[in-house]
Amino acid sequence: MNNSMILPLILPVFAGVFLIFLRSFINVQRWVSFLVMVINSGISIYLLNRIQTEGILRLDLGGWAPPYGITFVADSFAMLLVLTTSIVTSICLLYAFYSIGRKREKMFFYPFVNFMVAGVNGSFLTGDLFNLFVCFEVMLLASYILLTLGSEKFQLKEALKYLTINVISSWFFLVAIAYLYGTVGTLNFAHLSVRIAEAGQTPILTVISILFLLVFSLKAGLLLYQWLPGSYSAPPTAVAALFGALLTKVGIYALFRFFTLIFYHEPAITHTLIGIMAAFTLIGGSIGAIAFNDVRQVVSYNVVISVGFVLVGLAVCTTVALQGSIYYLIHDMIVKALLFLIAGTMIMLTGTARIESERMSGLIRNYPFLGWLFFIVMLSLAGIPPFSGFIGKLLIGQGTVDSGAFILLALGFISSLFVLYSMLRIFMNCFWGETILSEDEEIPLKKRLIIPCALLAGMTAGLGLGTETIASYVMDAANTLMNPAVYNEAVLNN
Amino acid sequence: METLIIILAGILVMVATYLILSKGLIRIVLGAAILTHAIHLLLMTMGGLKKGDVPLLGENAASYTDALPQALILTSIVINFAVTAFFLVLAYRTYQELKTDNLNAMRGFKDE
Repeated sequence: MNNSMILPLILPVFAGVFLIFLRSFINVQRWVSFLVMVINSGISIYLLNRIQTEGILRLDLGGWAPPYGITFVADSFAMLLVLTTSIVTSICLLYAFYSIGRKREKMFFYPFVNFMVAGVNGSFLTGDLFNLFVCFEVMLLASYILLTLGSEKFQLKEALKYLTINVISSWFFLVAIAYLYGTVGTLNFAHLSVRIAEAGQTPILTVISILFLLVFSLKAGLLLYQWLPGSYSAPPTAVAALFGALLTKVGIYALFRFFTLIFYHEPAITHTLIGIMAAFTLIGGSIGAIAFNDVRQVVSYNVVISVGFVLVGLAVCTTVALQGSIYYLIHDMIVKALLFLIAGTMIMLTGTARIESERMSGLIRNYPFLGWLFFIVMLSLAGIPPFSGFIGKLLIGQGTVDSGAFILLALGFISSLFVLYSMLRIFMNCFWGETILSEDEEIPLKKRLIIPCALLAGMTAGLGLGTETIASYVMDAANTLMNPAVYNEAVLNN
Repeated sequence: METLIIILAGILVMVATYLILSKGLIRIVLGAAILTHAIHLLLMTMGGLKKGDVPLLGENAASYTDALPQALILTSIVINFAVTAFFLVLAYRTYQELKTDNLNAMRGFKDE
């Protein structure tokens, strides 16, 4: 029955291939993609519960035992992220139904969303280094196409930068794989972990680990985030929400996997470096978030800040901090999707992205529900208790206090103030103030666009109030991350 | 032998870096293509060179070359082929739409 593990990867691939042949049947495309994501969520919940009772699940593709074949490994951390990915994607698809436009829907929009999700889920589930590279490329190629689909000038321009930076980071990934294979002679995560633990992390392995840090920082936007604000501003709203929710998270996941499972022997070098990079990410993201006058830029820099904040948890690397990071990662996927959807809706309604523009003012009178949803996002992002951001920030804070990383603690919480300020700036300038749009020139806000946003807002509130429901899974995930032996034992025993 | 191939890969990386840092769009695409050649050479070298016969069981050799890096390179070649093809088309479309292939002329964040 372990075969069901492959379904989150294989279902979107099949759906994508199948939908290519049904190009003109848009309704079929919509509902098949939506259904696949819903089924994926169901499977993830089922697998999460199985992991609770049976421990980490493993699937050997082709029946080859772990070091020789490609293995898929499902632990709680990976499955929680697969579950969140499926739910967030299905909700973003609901938004896309009515916002993406027929022109794009006819040009294979849904197949590429499916392929991208396949790449994301594959990256979470794989237990093999080169397979991780391939899944990254699947995800990236689909994201290139989603970014350029529609080929407006701004999209093309930003896609060039995005493509170049990702070609280079994929190149570094291959260099790192080549060196690691040359040094250790295996590609399986668990086998790598065991071999490095046996032989000790020599300086050459530390150099390779820093190379991996560079690669995944480029993907995750840790310090090397210069490509991010532009390319996340270019695509249509639903795509930007998917990017904001999923793409950087895969890089973060890989960082967590590598620096807790494989390269955990020299924390004085690697984890200190991660801490320094996270600190600069927080500073740079905070400056960016308050510096710009464009809603999309502000929102994109908020992605950067959250990347820095999650990585503080990894830099500290205690059980409590890792738990906090996992909570915050899940929270962040939901809330960033919501934030991008609301920002996109605001731009669609007013026709401008400038915060201090004349048209963007007093929106709360025209669209009260949207305004209050934005208010919820703001509280959730800043980590105000009833919402989901609180528990993650609390636990990461506790972890930094326990291990005495007070600079990171200070930077993390000061950046929360900057997040709150940047959001308040949008809220006060766009939702408060004089109402400029009169009743008759106001564009009606369709229910179909606001329902997905309301669903996501409900999820962030629900996750905040019902933290207990996922607490056992998160605890298990953090324990696996802290004890590589558990993972290795589950993968390598035959 | 390994040393020679690694120096060759290094030279390719040098050329590619120079090309990627230039302003012309097509030079960047070419630079990216050369970069992938370098990494394929490096992957091959890291598996060890001249260790035995070609990895075909019919050869009945005493030892074979490591087959794994060859599979990795093959996978990487097709992926990079796809990316390069897409990159070229993107460069062409950008040239059509923006009427320039100079990256300096594409700077800035404009609100359409």
